[in-house]
Amino acid sequence: MQLQDSEIELQITDLFEEIFLKYKYDFRDYSQASMKRRIAQAIHSMDYKGIPELKAKALDDPLCFTQLLQFLTIPVSEMFRDPTYYSAFREKVIPILRTYPSIKIWIAGCSTGEEVYSFAIILKEEGLLERSIIYATDINEASLARARAGIYRLKDFQKFTSNYQRSGGKAQFSDYYTADDDAAIFNSSLRKQITFTDHSLATDSVFSEVHFISCRNVLIYFQKQLQDRAIGLFHESLCRKGFLGLGSKESIAFSSFKTGFDDLVTREKLYRKNENSNPQGEIC
Amino acid sequence: MLNIREAIVIGTSAGGIKALEKILSGLPATFSLPIIVVLHISAEYPSQLAELFRNKISLGTKEAEEKDLIKKGMVYFAPPGYHLLIEKDKSFSLTTEAPVHFSRPSIDVMFDSAADAFGEGLVGIILTGASRDGALGLRKIKEAGGLTVVQQPDTAEEPLMPKSALPYVNQEYVLDLKSIASLLAELHTNRKNL
Repeated sequence: MQLQDSEIELQITDLFEEIFLKYKYDFRDYSQASMKRRIAQAIHSMDYKGIPELKAKALDDPLCFTQLLQFLTIPVSEMFRDPTYYSAFREKVIPILRTYPSIKIWIAGCSTGEEVYSFAIILKEEGLLERSIIYATDINEASLARARAGIYRLKDFQKFTSNYQRSGGKAQFSDYYTADDDAAIFNSSLRKQITFTDHSLATDSVFSEVHFISCRNVLIYFQKQLQDRAIGLFHESLCRKGFLGLGSKESIAFSSFKTGFDDLVTREKLYRKNENSNPQGEIC
Repeated sequence: MLNIREAIVIGTSAGGIKALEKILSGLPATFSLPIIVVLHISAEYPSQLAELFRNKISLGTKEAEEKDLIKKGMVYFAPPGYHLLIEKDKSFSLTTEAPVHFSRPSIDVMFDSAADAFGEGLVGIILTGASRDGALGLRKIKEAGGLTVVQQPDTAEEPLMPKSALPYVNQEYVLDLKSIASLLAELHTNRKNL
């Protein structure tokens, strides 16, 4: 059993090396238990015999790799997930963003876009959307395409609506979308200020200076070294005294960049970049 | 055989708090194996499980955090809204993958990764619950050489979960809560004397 297990691990390491060489997607520093699980799901669903066959097909056929990518990234998201995070953003971050003539926001690892539209709605309600630019980035082009379309299953909207209300929403949630029997599309006015684009926290660098970064439930999939790289990127991307928000179970506490941030709302994992010019980290 | 065990995982749902209290309250603070628990609870609000058990048992209690190294003398609870996984280096990781058996955390997901990480060193226990989650995870633990234990269904507040797991346990390890508590004490004694 142990031998078989370590064999699988070697095969996964090898698969990720080859994927990186061929496609430049870097999963080498992702947490392993979850990756092993998702590769098993991919093999089962795509009906392959094992990792060697999956590897051969994925390297040979970019379409097959795109399919595999759907398993390796997590396309599960929710609007206003953890409503208190969004109400804290509204209370503590919005008043300061309001003081800037133009506002830049980066949603890193936006997946299929639920979090992006959540922020667009808050900015609209606060009268700031028109002077905001939202960069929404992900490594998965298929997820970005769905995010761009802004169409979601109607059956998820009961949960979305309740989250929206608990987050301190000021309008009727239904004001923001048009629904038919089984799907709903968000109003194009929300999308106008959003730029959806491909960006990897593992391999790409800073692309703009921004005032606020939200990156939720992305770092949990990274090993420590890659977490540190991502937090370093955030630190470098943020303007002076800019804001960073992470997932409720994520933290900068173990990062070498932690001295570069102060807690803003501890419980909600909202941080603010401080004046320490040289935090103990370096982007690798 | 009991002395090779190095970690205990427990899965439970409805009725689980009372059942856990019965088997954990007698254990000493020096208990020599870590205990990792998935108890299905709502993700609407932060979990109070670690606080709830802090006053009821001698062991340390904590909500499992990503990258935490698993330590003996502790009972870890899976946070609501996330799957809890155990890495080969005996640390935790969390994921927001889709629910399994309508549950996130899912017992199957945690047990599966724990079986990979601990192999024959693992003890898997299924207690009361009104769901089939956990049965496949228990099978994985058994296949990896671990010891599997199930609460006797007719002594469980909700029998479905233990009943579903019965195919993956030897008859002598289908036990009531009192006997499970004794088994844990025995595991502790054996490990301590290593």
